[in-house]
Amino acid sequence: MKKSVLAALAVLALSGTAFADTIKVGVVGPFSGPFAIQGKNFKAGIDAWIALNGAKVGDDDIEIVYRDLPAADPAQSKALAQELVVKEGVQYLAGFYFTPDAMAVTPLLEQANVPLVVMNAATSAIVTKSPLVVRTSFTTWQTSAPMAKVAKERGVKKVITVVSDYGPGVDSENAFKTTFTAEGGEVVDSVRMPLSTNDFSPIMQRVKDSGADAVFAFLPSGPTTLGFVKAYNDNGLAKAGVQFLAPGDLTQESDLPALGEAASGLLTTFHYAVSHDSAENKKFVEAAHKAIGNPAELSFPSVGAYDGMHVIYKMIEATGGEQDAQKAVDAVKGLAWESPRGPVSIDPDSRHMTQNIYLREVAKAEDGTFYNKEIATFEKQGDPGLAALK
Amino acid sequence: MPDASGPLLDQSMQTVLSVGIDALAYGMVLFVISIGLSVTMGLMRVVNLAHGAFAMIGGYIASYATQTLGFGYGVAILAAVVGTIIIAIPVERFLYRRIYGAPELTQVLMTIGITFCVIGIANYVFGPTLKTIPLPETLRGPVDLGFRSIAAHKLFAIACGVAVAGALWYLIERTSFGVKLRASVDNAAMAASLGVRTRIVYAVSFAVAVGLAAFGGIVGAELLPIEPYYALRYMVTFLVVVSVGGAGSIPGALLACLLLGAIDTTGRYLLPEYGEFFFYLAVIAIVCVFPRGLLGRRS
Repeated sequence: MKKSVLAALAVLALSGTAFADTIKVGVVGPFSGPFAIQGKNFKAGIDAWIALNGAKVGDDDIEIVYRDLPAADPAQSKALAQELVVKEGVQYLAGFYFTPDAMAVTPLLEQANVPLVVMNAATSAIVTKSPLVVRTSFTTWQTSAPMAKVAKERGVKKVITVVSDYGPGVDSENAFKTTFTAEGGEVVDSVRMPLSTNDFSPIMQRVKDSGADAVFAFLPSGPTTLGFVKAYNDNGLAKAGVQFLAPGDLTQESDLPALGEAASGLLTTFHYAVSHDSAENKKFVEAAHKAIGNPAELSFPSVGAYDGMHVIYKMIEATGGEQDAQKAVDAVKGLAWESPRGPVSIDPDSRHMTQNIYLREVAKAEDGTFYNKEIATFEKQGDPGLAALK
Repeated sequence: MPDASGPLLDQSMQTVLSVGIDALAYGMVLFVISIGLSVTMGLMRVVNLAHGAFAMIGGYIASYATQTLGFGYGVAILAAVVGTIIIAIPVERFLYRRIYGAPELTQVLMTIGITFCVIGIANYVFGPTLKTIPLPETLRGPVDLGFRSIAAHKLFAIACGVAVAGALWYLIERTSFGVKLRASVDNAAMAASLGVRTRIVYAVSFAVAVGLAAFGGIVGAELLPIEPYYALRYMVTFLVVVSVGGAGSIPGALLACLLLGAIDTTGRYLLPEYGEFFFYLAVIAIVCVFPRGLLGRRS
């Protein structure tokens, strides 16, 4: 009797594996360390997608394998990707918060026959490094350039740019400068400050002395933005009428409770605000809040991850679960859908996302919390940074 | 509008003054946070890499007291200083007491370990987001100095720096406790044989140092915001202040902070793209000429 039950179980188990495969997706991101909150957002986006769409594509089960990369570390990133491909047998690589980490993995893709879906890393050049890269986030050029148009429209003539001295900061400076100059504006001075700057008062003095009507700033999301925004207020620039313009990294939702009143009225351009008003976003935010635990921690990397999963599910559908990286990537070229951030599509040439960029103002909600309020839309923006590379 | 007839010279004068004020404020914030470390390293001879962690604990307690419990700023400072000391007492009793007089490497390993534990616990309990300590109405917003406006809390930080420097100097140089402390530091065995209860002296000094760390964490929170990696992020700066000033010397630490604050602020105004080049160049130069720090004790 016992034996026959065992045999029956064995048959069941075997037949189970015979018809459905488990497809593994390897996700690399900062899940611990100073940037843990961004990794947490990756996971929240992915969990939200699975909660709303299930963990199955056709007959295949989807399994997410996470690997922690606390800070930008290209060598470690490559090692983790190799381990995921060789040992875990993942069919898809995804995640990557920092540009150098994503860059380090691109040489592996062809040989491993694995597509890479970048969920955050925002330097334009990544997609050019391998034809198997698709990006569902944004580029710093994409989110910074529209701000130059905003400045022009608002009658700003002279701008000083102030950016953190590293890749994305320089990208942001170039994006703004190029666009603003083309619009007929003048950039009177460009300041690059070290990432480790704590006291921004001398920088604000530079801004004041430059005689600019507005300051365009870029700093990475996190602790330093607080000091920067406060220094802007405390040094009397806000009062003197010098406008504050920046891409949305500076006012990411998880930093807003700390920024508080100081950020009120700041103008930023970005691809996603948690407050975006659409049915699709409502559904997403509800699921993501559940996934992340503390709603105040939800921020933009979550939507990159959510859309990344959308793309990966489409790839699995198109290949029927077979490992064929090129076919998978080809299948999503030109793919268009309604994302929580608005209508998006994968540009067939660059494999980067074409999306709306929104102008937002930090506003106070009825319950006293602050949020990014979308007040204007730049529709269907590609990545101007790619054109600048050529 | 400024007077149009007083052109360039006036403006550059204003800029110099303005940058000078910034330098003073930044230097004082550095001083308030670092002086506790100078006490532990100089007087107690412990390389305390967990100093930043204690400053951070102070910040978290103050943030919790104001944001969640709704206390005022003054109460929060008191609660944070006392709370941090209470947390530090068992740490001193069970961990630090083992490393007094131990080789420096042992001290470094132990205290950096404590730092990582504190980071992990802070991340787990309070989450990875920034925490702020809301200032009272009087310290909020800019104060007009005539030629420029400056954040009121910076003036407060300058005042705190002066008060801390004065109080510490008095405690160490003019009180009987100060005499016992200096005696214990110079020769613990001899001090003990003369009836000084060195263990208690050490415990009290440790508590003072930790309390100062917590106080500095709160006063400096506007410049160095509280988040789990605070404990490591600013540790190098604190150590630099102590090594340049000379461990254990209060006037030395004050001088170092003002000097480094001035170099850093001016460099950042004139040539921001050079980053902290001038800051560290000055550090190297000073340490070359004064290996024990500007006003370090000769031993």
